[in-house]
Amino acid sequence: MTFDDFLLAFFSLDILRQAWPILWSGFKITLLLSAIVVPLGVIGGTVLALLSTVRSRWVRWPLIAWVDLFRALPPLVLLVFVYAGLPFAGIEVSAIGAVAIGFFLNTGAYYGEVLRAGIESVPRGQLEAARSTGLTRWQTMAHVVLPQAVRNVLPDLISNTLEVVKLTSIASVVALPELLFQARQAQSVTYNATPIMAAAVIYFLLLWPVVRLLSRLENRQIAGRR
Amino acid sequence: MTAATPIVQAPIVQARGIHKHFGALHVLKGVDLVVAERELVFVIGPSGSGKSTLLRCLNRLEDPSGGSITVDGIDMLDRGTDINKARQRIGMVFQSFNLYPHMTALGNVALALRKVLGLDRPAAEARARAALERVHLADRAGHYPGQLSGGQQQRVAIARAIALEPRVMLFDEPTSALDPELVGGVLAAMRELRESGMTMVVVSHEMGFAKAAADRVIFMDDGRILEQGPPAAIFGNPQHERTRAFIGQIERH
Amino acid sequence: MTNWDRFLDSFFNLRVAAEYLPKIIEGFWLTILLAGCIILAGIAAGLALAVVRSFAIRPLNWLIIFLVDLFRALPPLVIIALLYFGLPAAGLSLSGFAAAWLSLSLVLMAFTEEIFWAGITAVPKGQWEAARSTGLRFFQTLTLVVLPQALRMTIPPLTNRTIAITKGTALASVVAVPDILGAAQAGVSFSFNPTPLTLGAIAYVVLFFPVVILGRWVETRFAWKR
Ligand SMILES: Nc1ncnc2c1ncn2[C@@H]1O[C@H](COP(=O)(O)OP(=O)(O)OP(=O)(O)O)[C@@H](O)[C@H]1O
Ligand SMILES: [Mg+2]
Repeated sequence: MTFDDFLLAFFSLDILRQAWPILWSGFKITLLLSAIVVPLGVIGGTVLALLSTVRSRWVRWPLIAWVDLFRALPPLVLLVFVYAGLPFAGIEVSAIGAVAIGFFLNTGAYYGEVLRAGIESVPRGQLEAARSTGLTRWQTMAHVVLPQAVRNVLPDLISNTLEVVKLTSIASVVALPELLFQARQAQSVTYNATPIMAAAVIYFLLLWPVVRLLSRLENRQIAGRR
Repeated sequence: MTAATPIVQAPIVQARGIHKHFGALHVLKGVDLVVAERELVFVIGPSGSGKSTLLRCLNRLEDPSGGSITVDGIDMLDRGTDINKARQRIGMVFQSFNLYPHMTALGNVALALRKVLGLDRPAAEARARAALERVHLADRAGHYPGQLSGGQQQRVAIARAIALEPRVMLFDEPTSALDPELVGGVLAAMRELRESGMTMVVVSHEMGFAKAAADRVIFMDDGRILEQGPPAAIFGNPQHERTRAFIGQIERH
Repeated sequence: MTNWDRFLDSFFNLRVAAEYLPKIIEGFWLTILLAGCIILAGIAAGLALAVVRSFAIRPLNWLIIFLVDLFRALPPLVIIALLYFGLPAAGLSLSGFAAAWLSLSLVLMAFTEEIFWAGITAVPKGQWEAARSTGLRFFQTLTLVVLPQALRMTIPPLTNRTIAITKGTALASVVAVPDILGAAQAGVSFSFNPTPLTLGAIAYVVLFFPVVILGRWVETRFAWKR
């Protein structure tokens, strides 16, 4: 393989020009998908984290089992199971429906763990001070504990969100026309790797600033913990 | 406000036969505590004797394992009692301040006014400002706890409690976490509160404050009240060996 | 047939299960093999990069930082697609197994480097100075004094990352690797019954549930003191 072959296979401007419209449409779907699954995961995670503050073991153990189950299953397995499995049970799900369900279960468990750690990082005294002024459990949670919890685990929340956005690429497996899917389509039509390369560059440009930010925050966090 | 003032008012706090277990650990072994209106009760005792636990039972941050507690006529242990309503009448100040770090001083004081009393924001903030005024911190209303000294933080915590206009205030070692030069400001705020007629239960090692401001001193040991009386009697002529030893230890510092 | 019977017949069909169980078990071992190779290569490479980075050679460090950022920002499936579908266009082809192994190793390498580096920088300067003042050389100080302290700090985040990335082995099914998910999907399309997927999901839970529990334990055991 000469260097020219390589350039032609991965960086052909011609191919890029042809493939650009469908790559762009894929990019928009990726953004849309992220805008759906991130809030879904956060909502699911918040519910799980709030439930984890309930001390009863009738809540605690099923909750841990739930969270660990969906952390043990690879997200792609969950997605394929929902998409390819449910129709056999007479439940037809669209690709986007399957993605929503799969991501809700998987990323909800992860956000739940992050937020739970955040809640546990808030000193007990905060809760006691709030309760001593007559705030209810939920008011204390909403106004005193959660805001501090979120702040304490902000790097982990951002990191998790980064992973979720990256994870939307598995939606290509269930033929949802997001960025990777469109790049694969273009590649298989043109027999050229440029569209996939372009998709990679787009992902990188989109997410690099987040990675930089995280690396800063995490360094500060690990240094602050000693 | 001297110890000689006769106490004729009806009791605000009536705690009878309080027991508290933490698992196998028996921390309170039948404590009776009656506090009259406008009275300042000062609680001393060795570490682990149950002083904090007693205070925390009074506003039910801990659930007592036995006994009865009435505060301002409300049965605190009754299942039908709205504990959050009841807690408005009982202010509490903690050793570690426990200010909300994500809110300004004003926000700290206003939160319960808005969420518990249901005041709208302007009304809550006006009242919060007045409370900060009482601890001489009106000019720090916009500061976050991290921008305040320990003494200022503790005074904001006092303002947070008194803004709800409680009938009784509980202090759990309010000056123990402070550098010596910051203790005075907090004690001064407590003195002013006392002079305004607030009923107070204070756990502290500040003997000077006790001698000057307390109506009654209670010595707790191993989950029981071992002896109590006017400060002059407890400090000057303690009846029990344990009390004498403890006071001797404190005064040597 | 009641709905319940139909459900059992679909998802827990014993005849289909018996037929495809051997394939799933083969996939199970393949998944373990792939995961093992990824963990070895990824962690070794990440540690090596972190050590090189501590030499503080400017241009080299920039390169390392860029590599790390790159593989944190790119979705693993995009990297796999680039290697597996892209390289042939330049006349070079990798097996699905190799593409998945290389991709996920690179991703794990990036996260590992980041975590180790954070650990190394978190060891106070005084430790370096004390060690050097007793006559230890740079490399001795690094390996005998700094790394042991850094490693302990890195165990919880590293464990969690490693678990998350090895779960990515399921992505190999997209490039025709007959791992658990690959075998299960093949089974579904041959038998027109989702039971192989159920088996696959169970296989993943059997494989990763203990790992997730282990991660939980490690997190509390090696928790940073706050
Ligand atoms: N939540 C709890 N769980 C278990 N044991 C507790 C708990 N809170 C307090 N204790 C125990 O109860 C005993 C009394 O504690 P308490 O805090 O009331 O003592 P104290 O008199 O306030 O001491 P100090 O002067 O050190 O503050 C101690 O032995 C303590 O370890
Ligand atoms: Mg105490």
